[in-house]
Amino acid sequence: MKKIIVIPVLFVLLSVTAAFSLPVNEYLLDNGLKVLILEDHKAPTATFQIWYRVGSRNERSGKTGLSHLLEHMMFKGTKEHGPKTFSQTIQRAGGMDNAFTSRDYTGYFELLASDRITLPIDLEADRMQNLVLTRDAVLSERDVVTEERRLRTEDDPQSFVFEEVMAATFKNHPYRWPVIGWMSDLRTLNPDDLVEHYRTYYAPNNAVIIVVGDVDQKKILEKIRMSFGSISAGPPVPAVTSTEDDQKGERRVYVKKEAELPYIMTAYKVPSLSHEDGFALDVLGSILSDGKSSRFYRALVYDQQIALSAWASYEGLYKDPFVFLTGATAAQGKKIEDVEQALLEEIEKIKKTPPSGQEVQRAKNQVEASFVMQQDSIYMQARTIGTFEMTMGWKFVDSYLEGIRKVTAEDVSRVAQKYLIDDQKTTGILIPTPKEKGS
Amino acid sequence: MNKYRVLTSIAALGILILSLAAPAPATQLAEREILPNGMVVLHSGRHSVPMVSVVMAIKAGSISEPAAKAGLAYLTAALLTEGTQKRSSREISEAIEFVGGSLSASAGADYTTVSLTVLKKDIELGFDLLSDIVLHPAFQEEEITRKKTITVNWLIQQNEDPGAVASIAFSKAVFGEHPYSRQVQGTIETIPSITRQDLVDFHEAHYAANNTIVSVVGDISKDELKLLLNRYFGDWQQAKIAENALPAAEKKKGPAVIKIDKDLTQTNIILGHLGIARGNPDYYAVLVMNYILGGGGFASRLMDNIRDNRGLAYDVHSYFSASRYGGNFQVGLQTKNESANTAIGEVIREMKRIQTEPVSDKELADAKSYLTGSFPLRIDSNSKIAGFNLAVEYYGLGLDYVDRYPAVINAITKEDILRVAQQYLDPANYVLVVVGNLDKADLKY
Repeated sequence: MKKIIVIPVLFVLLSVTAAFSLPVNEYLLDNGLKVLILEDHKAPTATFQIWYRVGSRNERSGKTGLSHLLEHMMFKGTKEHGPKTFSQTIQRAGGMDNAFTSRDYTGYFELLASDRITLPIDLEADRMQNLVLTRDAVLSERDVVTEERRLRTEDDPQSFVFEEVMAATFKNHPYRWPVIGWMSDLRTLNPDDLVEHYRTYYAPNNAVIIVVGDVDQKKILEKIRMSFGSISAGPPVPAVTSTEDDQKGERRVYVKKEAELPYIMTAYKVPSLSHEDGFALDVLGSILSDGKSSRFYRALVYDQQIALSAWASYEGLYKDPFVFLTGATAAQGKKIEDVEQALLEEIEKIKKTPPSGQEVQRAKNQVEASFVMQQDSIYMQARTIGTFEMTMGWKFVDSYLEGIRKVTAEDVSRVAQKYLIDDQKTTGILIPTPKEKGS
Repeated sequence: MNKYRVLTSIAALGILILSLAAPAPATQLAEREILPNGMVVLHSGRHSVPMVSVVMAIKAGSISEPAAKAGLAYLTAALLTEGTQKRSSREISEAIEFVGGSLSASAGADYTTVSLTVLKKDIELGFDLLSDIVLHPAFQEEEITRKKTITVNWLIQQNEDPGAVASIAFSKAVFGEHPYSRQVQGTIETIPSITRQDLVDFHEAHYAANNTIVSVVGDISKDELKLLLNRYFGDWQQAKIAENALPAAEKKKGPAVIKIDKDLTQTNIILGHLGIARGNPDYYAVLVMNYILGGGGFASRLMDNIRDNRGLAYDVHSYFSASRYGGNFQVGLQTKNESANTAIGEVIREMKRIQTEPVSDKELADAKSYLTGSFPLRIDSNSKIAGFNLAVEYYGLGLDYVDRYPAVINAITKEDILRVAQQYLDPANYVLVVVGNLDKADLKY
């Protein structure tokens, strides 16, 4: 439920990236706080969100999981508003609130009937500056996060493999550790670590407010100014200077764990969406993976019947270059080596022969349709604006459709040849072990 | 498909759990009409986004299948998109995916849902496909074999998910002979026994116009919709539909504890018992009571006690799952093996407390305020409205439900809460399912 982690493969990229030409209005307060407002009057509801430019990317070894733990602590009260009051106040107004942490950012949101949408503004301004971090509260919430980690990762074999693959893919970039943090770090994070993290990153000049829904932008901007305008800008936040070293050959990791079916996941190093090859990588992911007419499904699940599921995903919406993922769960009795071979064969095919015009057009049509369809949800529109803003700037949304439209079948083959290569990949394999009692 | 994509829905889960606290109510959102062939049509024109959402509920869920053929309703639904008399599986997926639309079918316990979402410009294609898969599925042997294999694999993989393992065991124990005890997907034992003839017969018996509700929301006028329905569903026949005669689920005496040993760091716990059907007049009082107990997220007692005060769990919640023919009550949580006893003890204590002490004025006021005030959020998109209209029709809530709902909630008193807590919670006669490392958990239950 609440206080969630953005799972690394964040969205189906094509659906989240499809928000071009949204009539967003941008404002900048004197203290550096950026405000993005999109009026949408289809229904009498609205979402208020505040995103901070801090995630596990801004952490260091030994202190992993700090951003996410701080996100949890943001619900624990301020000098003025005691513990346990934030969510209760929002819910009393019929609203819902939650938060998410990713590698690059941390976001807080409220959804409310639009006649109450100013309610969270004072509360968010308050917890940007006045958070109380008591020792007892931190230690108790640390336990909650360790339970969250057990739930999401320790007891989920495929998630466990993902962590191992990321840790092997990145040698010196902070993308190597999980957003939730390593268990051993979680046990030692202390209130002082949190205070420092909070003071460093929670300031108006490191935040962006996003409002989408049935609002009058003049009025809500005025209210935002009143609540946030007096907060002083903080010092510039420290830059993340790590860049990942070149990979000089294939890496492989194995996980032996109680599980039912073998599983494989491969991460190929790729550039971000803002790179000139980003759009073609996005289309490549779609052709390989989107729907039952996609190549992986068609080959591995439908024709050969060696996998229960097979997928690919271009993870381009990151601040620093991230990965293109492929994966599959073996069907019962099938060898994971054969599944891996089948995935690789499909990749080789698309390298050798450009996809058909129809396949490329399908990917483009899916982008355009999802752009229209996501306007059904104010929440999804805000998430899209926020995700772009945190990684390459929200205005990049405008160039997205144009970029996708220009991709040719030859581009798709070319980026497959360029990036989906053995020397740039890291593969993780889950080997199910026989059931036995833990000791 | 993608494991991680599935997990991203956790982001929405918090919202979902809160909204489970109430069945999504609506304002006079839809126009209702019954076609000559008996199909019930609900229409809401919303023209600001050029898209149309169609959700069809066909009363062909797992409660309509024989126990020995568990999975029949599921396979029937799953095979709709795998080939018709004139289109192959591949032709169907390519047609809908080429226009960026979606078309899917899945069985539930009470009914099977077939969903279509397309851009307005593709509505003709969408209805053509929708009608074809619902009316003329081919049930080819090759596709049946393939889908059975995938389903069996899926069931095998479910054993990797401790929450799913606990949930399956819980339903089985609570509902006994009632069909709600069964997993909709069937079991590894029953699926192989399902034949092509079973599928054809099930489809013929239950997929009928007079057994179907269709809810349409989006950029489409009533006249346009009627033309489409006439063209694509006009010939759909009626069938003789017998009302389901289901065996009653029996209340159990004394606690029943099911322990499943797995090499896990956490123990997954579900504690509960039979609940109420959606039509029970106490439904709304139960809704408010459960919001205070464990349905209201961070406003609930279970979350406050077990997560906020004790740091024992990330997620703890309770809910009454109230369906047409019965329901259950359950508290779910996960905690490190060593804390299992403490957490179970606190769950039982909170159940007893709400049965013995009146809730506070603030708790009651907050619960009502949320349940009534969150109303606009439950109906603020096409997809939400489509699902809402369907529920209103299926449960016979009436198109004035939206107007009645706040008054019904606001009329509930502290005495009502105490009464329904005493009547519908049973902290002595429960089913407790525990999936975890049993050595470490060292259960006292």
